[in-house]
Amino acid sequence: MAEALLEVKDLVAGYDGTSVLCGVSLEVEAGSIVAVLGANGVGKTTLNKVLSGIVRPQRGEVIFDGQRIDRKSPADIVAAGLVHVPEGRKLFPDLSVRENLELGSYRRGKAERARTMEQVLTVFPRLKERFAQRAGTLSGGEQQMVAIGRGMMGQPRLLILDEPSLGLAPRLVEEMFTLIGRLNEVGLTILLVEQNVMQSLELADAAHVMEHGCLVLSGTGAELAGNSELAKTYLGM
Amino acid sequence: MTSLDILAAAVLNGLMSGAVYALIAVGLTLVYGVLHIINFAHGAILSAAMFAAYLAFQAGVDPYVAMVPLALIFFGLGYGLQRLVIGPASHGDDRNILLITLGLSIVIENLLLAVFNSDTRTVDVAYGFSTLDLGFTFLALPRAAAFGVSCLVAVLLWILLAQTDTGKAIRAVAKEKLGASLAGIDVAHIYAVTFGLGAACLAIAACLLLPTYYVHPRVGNAYVLVAFTIVVLGGMGSIPGAIAGGLFVGVVESLSGLMFGESLGQLGIFVIFILVLLIRPTGLFGAKA
Ligand SMILES: Nc1ncnc2c1ncn2[C@@H]1O[C@H](COP(=O)(O)OP(=O)(O)OP(=O)(O)O)[C@@H](O)[C@H]1O
Ligand SMILES: [Mg+2]
Repeated sequence: MAEALLEVKDLVAGYDGTSVLCGVSLEVEAGSIVAVLGANGVGKTTLNKVLSGIVRPQRGEVIFDGQRIDRKSPADIVAAGLVHVPEGRKLFPDLSVRENLELGSYRRGKAERARTMEQVLTVFPRLKERFAQRAGTLSGGEQQMVAIGRGMMGQPRLLILDEPSLGLAPRLVEEMFTLIGRLNEVGLTILLVEQNVMQSLELADAAHVMEHGCLVLSGTGAELAGNSELAKTYLGM
Repeated sequence: MTSLDILAAAVLNGLMSGAVYALIAVGLTLVYGVLHIINFAHGAILSAAMFAAYLAFQAGVDPYVAMVPLALIFFGLGYGLQRLVIGPASHGDDRNILLITLGLSIVIENLLLAVFNSDTRTVDVAYGFSTLDLGFTFLALPRAAAFGVSCLVAVLLWILLAQTDTGKAIRAVAKEKLGASLAGIDVAHIYAVTFGLGAACLAIAACLLLPTYYVHPRVGNAYVLVAFTIVVLGGMGSIPGAIAGGLFVGVVESLSGLMFGESLGQLGIFVIFILVLLIRPTGLFGAKA
């Protein structure tokens, strides 16, 4: 079996001494899409924050590309190739679209940055039209494009997307899932946190369901999609 | 001199001292805008910078010559202070940072007192009483230089923040710390750069003040009290606000000095301060609440 790009072992983490995650273990194969699903407040974002170095785990290991990253700074984790596009976008509202994107590859050289920018604008031609506009004045869909574009500017190998379809109209949600599939086809490994369960399962190679900070069900996307009991019990559908 | 000439001269002089106020306030508001803390050590660092400029003068270096090297040294000191002392000791809690800067100010002031005791010192520069003849009034040369340099620093700072990668990262961290971390920006480094810039502003202000002002271990506090007023007037964290507020306060001080006598010059500042707080608590130039 090929070694996983991301390996999470028995992760316990939380805030102010209390634990949210109860010993999460999962693997993400290079080139795959892995979905983490679950109701509000179960700890999905907390897991992402541990992976990107924002929250220090209380126990467990995060191994990315053969390297322990759970004690590294967020900037070093980005440099290692793991980028987390946060829930709620967290753009720089006063800065232009261009500046927002550029800051995603803050540590790289000008030439490399220009090349990556070219790629991002090919994926999101709409952003080229909005290049000089302040990010805070963009529509929700455009802001999500900037957030993902800023993440891509870091030249990640693993992209974590935390609820990328949040707050988007149904048609845009559809587009977002198409886009995620396309990003995966061109070689990005994706860890997807979503509330749109069926669409996520359709896209995902593997999926996990989280409840109270624990992964309670795992399988391929197709397996979980066919499990009607699962939908009722864990996802409130 | 007609009374109009006197008024014009007072406004002009107000703008001259206001520019240095603005420089000190810019350092304070920059740190507030990015780190979201009031740096209580600002006054003590200004005092330290004035002693540094004083020592340079004793060693035969003119304050205007010492300005650039001292700005660089104080940038480094400020950077190190934030990176090695304030940042690690605060454990990410803003209240801790507040207390640490307060503690630092006490340490710095007492070190200055221990080394230099509480004598008031002045320097004698050849151009101390040189003036520019503007026709309707004479302008003290050191004050005109202070105005010019302060404006130059404001322009350089604007270029830094608007055009450079570091400047953009500073603006990014100011508004969205989590987003900045996730984009790969080293927030601890940006905090330290910002703190260093604040200290560099103080070093420049110190060199501008030295030819016309006295040096004392607590000299910085008087200035920082006015600077704090300016930061609030200009809107906390707003650099254009601090510049406009600084010039405004300089003119108010000068005009109220003209009307009520030199010693009551600062009365006008605080009266206006209280009025603004009552009428427009977000500051004259700040965003509406
Ligand atoms: N900074 C924080 N400090 C304290 N508790 C927090 C913090 N962030 C999240 N929590 C708590 O941790 C738990 C898990 O939150 P988390 O954001 O990880 O959930 P989530 O699965 O992402 O939910 P959602 O689907 O609503 O985004 C919640 O009970 C939340 O209140
Ligand atoms: Mg969440």
